[in-house]
Amino acid sequence: MSEDYVEGPKGLERLRGLGGVQLAFVIALLAVAVAFPVLFPSPVATNYGVYALIFVAVASAWNVFSGFSGYISLGHAVFFGSGAYTLGIAARDWHVTGVGVFALLPLAAVAGALIAVPFGLVALRVRRHTFIVITIAVFFIFQLMAYNFSFTGGSTGLDAPFLPWAAQTYNNPFYYIALACAAGTIALAWLIRRSRFGLQLRAIRDDEDRARGLGVHAMRVKLTAFVLSGAITGLVGAVWFFYLTQVQPPSGFDPLFDLSVVLMAFLGGLGTVSGPVLGALIIEPGQLYLTANTNGYVSEILLGSLFLVAVLLVPRGIIPTGGEYIRRLTTRGRAAIPAAVPAAPPQPSDPAHVPEARG
Amino acid sequence: MAREIYQAIVDGILVGGVYALMAVGLTLIFGVLDIINIAQGIMVILGAYLSYELAARLHIDLFLGLLVTVPAMFVIGVVIQWAFIRPLRGRERTSMTLLVSYAVALIIEGILYEAFGADDRQLTASYVTSSVHVFGFYLSYIYLYGFALALALIAALYILLYRTKFGRSVRATMQDETAARLVGININRVAAVTYGIGVAVTAAGGMVFGATNAFDPNSGYDLISRLLAIVILGGLGSIGGALAASIFMLTLESLVDIWQPTWAIVVFYAALVLVLLIRPTGFLGRKAVRAQ
Repeated sequence: MSEDYVEGPKGLERLRGLGGVQLAFVIALLAVAVAFPVLFPSPVATNYGVYALIFVAVASAWNVFSGFSGYISLGHAVFFGSGAYTLGIAARDWHVTGVGVFALLPLAAVAGALIAVPFGLVALRVRRHTFIVITIAVFFIFQLMAYNFSFTGGSTGLDAPFLPWAAQTYNNPFYYIALACAAGTIALAWLIRRSRFGLQLRAIRDDEDRARGLGVHAMRVKLTAFVLSGAITGLVGAVWFFYLTQVQPPSGFDPLFDLSVVLMAFLGGLGTVSGPVLGALIIEPGQLYLTANTNGYVSEILLGSLFLVAVLLVPRGIIPTGGEYIRRLTTRGRAAIPAAVPAAPPQPSDPAHVPEARG
Repeated sequence: MAREIYQAIVDGILVGGVYALMAVGLTLIFGVLDIINIAQGIMVILGAYLSYELAARLHIDLFLGLLVTVPAMFVIGVVIQWAFIRPLRGRERTSMTLLVSYAVALIIEGILYEAFGADDRQLTASYVTSSVHVFGFYLSYIYLYGFALALALIAALYILLYRTKFGRSVRATMQDETAARLVGININRVAAVTYGIGVAVTAAGGMVFGATNAFDPNSGYDLISRLLAIVILGGLGSIGGALAASIFMLTLESLVDIWQPTWAIVVFYAALVLVLLIRPTGFLGRKAVRAQ
């Protein structure tokens, strides 16, 4: 452990980094999220809630790897679909029925992690464009496997075990499971961002060769983040599968899923903790609303146009650009200290500040 | 058995030519602008629909129609580059351009659905359905013409890149954008025209693709992933590499198709992963740039 690296506070002390106002804001947000099914008990509303939270969790998990490390993965549906399929196969072959299926959820995370190791060892050897394309290639290999193997049910896919819950409150347990996944992932992303590990990831993003030269074990760090991200995505995929009660190759391994997740993270702010959350909360309900109320093609055109407008107006994402705007207001036009991300506490973001970061 | 293998190899080479026609535009855009143009897949389909409209409404021959569709696609490409890709700056530019081109693809896909519906289409002409018998092989005329068109267009691109002043400025931009700017090359013009050419070549690829495959507005996804695999395998920015990789991949797919039709496409992507493990820059790729 090097002397000139300032270690962040430990344990509960870390919460101080949030600041009073921010802490109050997070608690209020959490309270609203918990109370949501009570305030809006209709299944239509909770359905929106479940999907939004599923994508909050997935976008945050994606961001932990891609946002922090700069390696854009377009293959996270591999984990999502594999989580869904793993539990579908396990529940079918082990004859698990009823509420007991939820005990299988950790299995989906394990499946995601186990797939991420060889996937990462292959894909993380190359950089930038080539990495993106390899993730797409692996994605298609998985989709085709789901189509062609017999144990995956081929193109008819798999059905989830029937859950004997009343239709009126059917969504509520899923809502809270999704909320737990989302909150857990956000907390994890926040902790990682403040940790030495997160710093190493961002050093890799800024200049991988230099980070390597300064002693960051790039492959180990990237792979750890990839596996972590894959495990969470697999877990959430399984929740999604139980909620939807079925999975087919094109829905489990959906190219639009990959791109939507990336879109969410970018719209909110890549590499920030709150950005992907905000992006998911805007895009996923919007997408659901548009698909329900238009003929589907119009929603595609609108989504694409919205994104183009967003890129031209807020090219770095809502959170960083909005934060800058607020800072300009509060400093009344005087020169503000330019920081990369206003939502996070100040910390050394220069890769030069992580010497001997062997841990 | 041996006959089947020979036929598969011949088929693979001919279909590979068609794919090369679609892939050269992508690799050119890649090499010069340093962006992944996800919209290339839907551009192929857009080109196919344009040819379809010309043939169905105005009864213009497919190959003659290219005289209209290629310039039209060139203009579309220049406008997209000017409006959405040029304004992007900064560290996340690579990823942003990827997403912008995806958004463009979504919009075009939605418009195609609105205009043509989800029904399968296929381009028809007398030479699409007939074939010629040479040396014991049945060769479809459209594949022969398509292959010839691919070779002609790729040769034309080579001449453009290596024998003209514009080509020299394109290659200079590929090597070092800052230095190119310093010696007085108008980078913005080069980028816009290159993007336009990349998209325009796609119109020709789209016509041959549409004549040899049934297509609908959703066909772009499958295409773009194959095309990306091809250009990465060939080496980013290498036109010759794109041609070689197209023929290699499609021959491989067509060979595996004899024994295992359902797994043929998996071999396609598995080959990509394997080749990249051995040679991360692809067949003819330059050394990777330093910064991530």
